[in-house]
Amino acid sequence: MDLAEKGSRPLHWFAFLTAAATLVLLGIGGLVTSHGAGMAVPDWPTTYGYNMFFFPFSYWMGGIFYEHSHRLVATLVGVLVVALTRWLGGRPSRLPLAIIGGLELLAGLALGALGPNWRGAGHFLAGIGGVVLLAAAVWARNAPAPRPLPLLGWVAFFGVQIQGLLGGLRVVLFQDEIGIFHATLAQLFFLLLCLVVLLTSRWWRTLAAALSTVGGGPSSRLSWWMLAATALILFQLMIGATMRHQHAGLAIPDFPLAYGKLWPAMDADSVAAYNQQRLEVTALNPITAFQIGLQMTHRLVALLILVAVGVCAAKAWRLARRSGRAQGAVATNRPVQSLARISLVWFDLILVQALLGAATIWSNKAADLATAHVIFGALSLALGGIVTVISFKLPAPAQAGLPVLEPGGRQGWNATANAMSQPFSSRPLPSGAASHTS
Amino acid sequence: MKRHLALAAVTALASAFAATAGDVVGTITLKGTPPKEKDITPLKEDPNCGKLHTAMPTTKFYVVGAKGELADVVVSLEGISGKSTGASAKPVVMDQKNCIYVPQILAVQTGQKLVVKNSDPVLHNVHSVPTVAGNPEDNKAQMPGGADLTFSFPKAEEFIKFKCDVHPWMFAWVSVFDHPYFAVSGADGTFKIANVPPGKYTLKANHRKAGVVTQEIEVKDGAPTTVALSLDAK
Ligand SMILES: [Cu+2]
Repeated sequence: MDLAEKGSRPLHWFAFLTAAATLVLLGIGGLVTSHGAGMAVPDWPTTYGYNMFFFPFSYWMGGIFYEHSHRLVATLVGVLVVALTRWLGGRPSRLPLAIIGGLELLAGLALGALGPNWRGAGHFLAGIGGVVLLAAAVWARNAPAPRPLPLLGWVAFFGVQIQGLLGGLRVVLFQDEIGIFHATLAQLFFLLLCLVVLLTSRWWRTLAAALSTVGGGPSSRLSWWMLAATALILFQLMIGATMRHQHAGLAIPDFPLAYGKLWPAMDADSVAAYNQQRLEVTALNPITAFQIGLQMTHRLVALLILVAVGVCAAKAWRLARRSGRAQGAVATNRPVQSLARISLVWFDLILVQALLGAATIWSNKAADLATAHVIFGALSLALGGIVTVISFKLPAPAQAGLPVLEPGGRQGWNATANAMSQPFSSRPLPSGAASHTS
Repeated sequence: MKRHLALAAVTALASAFAATAGDVVGTITLKGTPPKEKDITPLKEDPNCGKLHTAMPTTKFYVVGAKGELADVVVSLEGISGKSTGASAKPVVMDQKNCIYVPQILAVQTGQKLVVKNSDPVLHNVHSVPTVAGNPEDNKAQMPGGADLTFSFPKAEEFIKFKCDVHPWMFAWVSVFDHPYFAVSGADGTFKIANVPPGKYTLKANHRKAGVVTQEIEVKDGAPTTVALSLDAK
């Protein structure tokens, strides 16, 4: 392990911590919408007139608890992401961070001086600028992480600030549409951080090093399947975010049928009747034909995703089995096998997610189940992104046998296989692998 | 002779109150059995608001008397506009009591002040969600013992939702008319729209859950118009 290797270990764990904190933030965001608490704090960035860090705990009641926690954890994630940007970008990131931080600090102070209406937003911006300046002040002379990690760091840097701004604007501008965008961007942001975790891992570096001697081939059809399935999941998450942010509860109260039919009546009279029959304990918006259509689409896309991810998992396992056979007893093609295993986890995740979706309906949108549905949605997208990136990195099946150029040598797949520690490939391929592909 | 005297007395009495205008009075009854109201479990379980209730609070979708007298029906005359007395009208008050809006169904004129009080020992946010263009959405904080809030709407709109996002079971509905000829039926199912200029009108009764029923009426000079309406439970 060389020095660079040593230094990247903590970076990997820090990226993991940031991604984990983001998942928590996403979960609390899900709780905010599940509890209809998005507007429980009417002001932003202040909280009931208080600086958000000094809002008395005795006031953290009802919906405020979720919304205020969301804001505080968001601040923590923001700080973590700024630090991550500095770490990934290395010493060269100090200058741009200093410039951006300084500008934000000055702009914040200027905004605060405009008048009492702008003071909150001004202080908020100045606070961000201060954190960015602090990151720029860190004098460690660390080298930038390998490409494209510094770039990903900067995308996260701007992403997290846009997210914070969108979250605040959603509150003060009364726009549900901003909430939809905010939620979708959150999912993409989590995916981005998961990719940073993957790319900073030793597993990935070893793979990259091995492939650089072998040459990564053009990608297989499997990669495109995985990309398509992941894109489908993103589309599904956007539908989900739209449904959540219309605050209309369940547009269709039953599953697998819809209003007792395979396809529900959606004419104006029927929709009016649905609304009048609803006796909701909480203040929900009336449902519309559009929302019924949206939920039916969500159900159909769920089915498509199940099939698509199922196909991906099956194809990945077939590939692993084929390359395993080509290599004989020597398990030289560990990355392919890892991909197969992760794909299976992905498929399992989708199954759980589908079940959570059904349970959300059966429980009349219980807040905990609906929130779990959001979290598993984020995990499904992130894992989809991870398998897609890995599969595009791997050589195509025709070349899968090629890497054994130097059996027993220090380079190539054997070395890779030995070094491919452990996250996904510590166990041998189960003998029942074939059953997953049929 | 007696009859004439009585008639004269009624006419004199009516003209003493309104020389050229009549009242529209009536009763509203609900036919059929309404669905059972739901328990507001989250309210009872809330650590702050639950303490304010000894019994399980329930929803009030149908407030019905023993003989079917239906409360919370918004009754209004159709086809009149531009007659609002606006901000000069006496403000309508909605209170927040035990983490519930009282009353839950209200009606105001365009521009008329709707004053929202907080009688609770807890804070609320008061969030109005109109849907008609020109009526802005608003969301205001109200601490325990905080100053009254004032809302008003420039455009007519029926059943504007008011809600508290801190306590998601709290909601009220405010109808806005650009004239003063409306009323909300009371617990005895009666309503009174005062001082209606003579003429033919469509009377509209609108209930959140039971829906709408209309009736053609004619308001004659100096005589009250009596109406009996009924709505079906859905
Ligand atoms: Cu409240």
